[in-house]
Amino acid sequence: MGVAPLRDRRLIFVTGKGGVGKTTIAAGLAKALSDEGRSVLLCSIDERRDLADVFSVPPLKFQPTRVNAKLSLMAMDTEAALREYLRIYLKLPIVGRIGPVAAAFDFVATAAPGVREILTIGKVCYEVRERRYDTVVVDSPSTGHITGYLAAPQAIQQLVRVGMIRSQSDWMLSMLSDEQTTGVVVVTTAEEMPVNETLELLGAIRSDTTTHVATIIVNRVLADLFVARDAALVQRLAASRHAPFNSSHLDGLFDAATLAGERRAVASRHLEVLRAGLPSDMPVVIQPFLFDVSSPHSIVSHVASSLAEEIA
Amino acid sequence: MNLSDVARKSKIIITCGPGGIGKTTCAAALGLAIARSSDRRVLVVTVDPARRLADALGLSGIGNDASRVELDGPGQLSVAMLDTKASWDALIRAHAPDAATTQRILDNTLYQNITGRFIQSHDYIAMERLHEFVDMGLYDLIVVDTPPTRNALDFLDAPSRMADFFSSRLLRWLIAPAKGGVMGLAAKPFNSIADRILGGPFVSDITEFFLLLNTMYAGFVERARMVERLLGEESTSFVVVSTLEAVPVSEASFFVEELERRKLHVRGWILNRVLPSSISNPDLAAAVTALSSADLTELAGELGVDDQSLGRVRDALVDNATSWSTLARKEVSQTIELARGSVALYPIPTLDGEISELAGLSRLGDVLINVPAVLRS
Repeated sequence: MGVAPLRDRRLIFVTGKGGVGKTTIAAGLAKALSDEGRSVLLCSIDERRDLADVFSVPPLKFQPTRVNAKLSLMAMDTEAALREYLRIYLKLPIVGRIGPVAAAFDFVATAAPGVREILTIGKVCYEVRERRYDTVVVDSPSTGHITGYLAAPQAIQQLVRVGMIRSQSDWMLSMLSDEQTTGVVVVTTAEEMPVNETLELLGAIRSDTTTHVATIIVNRVLADLFVARDAALVQRLAASRHAPFNSSHLDGLFDAATLAGERRAVASRHLEVLRAGLPSDMPVVIQPFLFDVSSPHSIVSHVASSLAEEIA
Repeated sequence: MNLSDVARKSKIIITCGPGGIGKTTCAAALGLAIARSSDRRVLVVTVDPARRLADALGLSGIGNDASRVELDGPGQLSVAMLDTKASWDALIRAHAPDAATTQRILDNTLYQNITGRFIQSHDYIAMERLHEFVDMGLYDLIVVDTPPTRNALDFLDAPSRMADFFSSRLLRWLIAPAKGGVMGLAAKPFNSIADRILGGPFVSDITEFFLLLNTMYAGFVERARMVERLLGEESTSFVVVSTLEAVPVSEASFFVEELERRKLHVRGWILNRVLPSSISNPDLAAAVTALSSADLTELAGELGVDDQSLGRVRDALVDNATSWSTLARKEVSQTIELARGSVALYPIPTLDGEISELAGLSRLGDVLINVPAVLRS
């Protein structure tokens, strides 16, 4: 049996170095999947305002906000996750009574975020298991921190030898390990640091976790401006500036071409490094650089439509 | 007013901003330029430089100690990279009451987990190391490149959170059973729930860990308070770095708000990789439109190429210029918008290619310290 295509996974973690557009890709992916008729929960781990802005909804909360019949958004809140956990598993009826305990736990979570990680992973795995949604897309922590989350069940198993958490980490671990169910999408740009971090992350995910990387998405890739044989002609035009290329207002025409050419060359170099470092069967999706970014919503729509063709 | 003036009045410059916009490079270039243009001893503390940047600075591998960079100017430049784990170990050694306690902490599973992986521990250590370098008295100016924290400014809160934690009721609860007495009773409900969820042995591991840490209470709290004071001093300048793209700007604005709310001194906002004025020039659009419908037959003849090739090249140039000029004009209006705020802006033009050697870093640094501030309009 082959590996399930990305669109058929039930739990998708979207990660990437800060600044590469991870949240945009996560939102685009969630939109693409929900446009296809799947019911999707998009969960933001380090909630910022942009996800709510993208879908024009009020700031996200732990209780999911419905964007439409097929798409809901939530923001992870570990204290709320803990409260929900205590309510479901310990049948602790009075939230008020456990208030100080929850506050204490939040304190531990702040000082020792291993607690935060297991509560977060626990909540998303729980949503997958409950089957209220076809797919849970997680706008995950950045490359430096994602393995801590994915490996949280193992970390707990090493630390905790008995108790309820120990037994619960077992089913979470098997869900996270199952390649047909769970996949990590690593978003990068064609730049030095993001490419390095992507390759390092792949190694770390292989060695420290049981989860599989499904796809690499290279975001904001500039396309080549000219085919090679035209580039020489551009050089001649820039050098001679014959009419109708002679207006001084057209300096920017050539500056923009130089800029695009330089950035494309740098990007090509890093793309090569990326491809050379990846396993040959790793899918790589190229997401073009979007100039027309009138609103966050329009970017996500663009991303959603181009991803829809690529994630099969 | 320029960043050179800001540096002259500062003993510490802390750069902060979103990831992926060249913050680390700017911090290093700034430190380099100041060291080259003055006789000051400058230290740049960075978290995780790109290989290319580390190579440019002559840094090999991760070292927690400062190393000197060879310079052609009168000042001195040293660079240190942050190694969270090594810093924590050093901190424990410095503050633990005796060798036996030190060893028990270093061997504790929880300690290893916390220091090795955790995000906040990184933030705390960055500030702790800053304090240490100030204490050494070897540097006239320290430029700190902060971890690219996406949520608020965790690194600023880390010292006080650490202090709060040590003086908290929770900690007393956790260690109470081990100490016995009345506090032990108060901790009972907490421990019985914790026992059910986490299992007894783990809870006692936690207890032991915090009991050990508690021996360092006084030292930790004092240090945390000192770091807090240091950050608020007049000679500590915060410089925010972003590009003019929408998301980085919105994140950077948030940083500015948060810093100002904390009464910290925000002395500038570096706008990195600004597109050139030839592209933002409003006349470009009209010229491009005219060009897009211009007759190319004559030129094709003159150049000895076929009409079709020339047309194809022209269309590609026109499309490309249209795209970039839209972007560049958006940057201009963004700059005008930001100039309404309280922070001096320092727009840095996009430089060719990537910075891969000290010369490139110097070039960026010289632009950085000399570019005049765009002040409130």
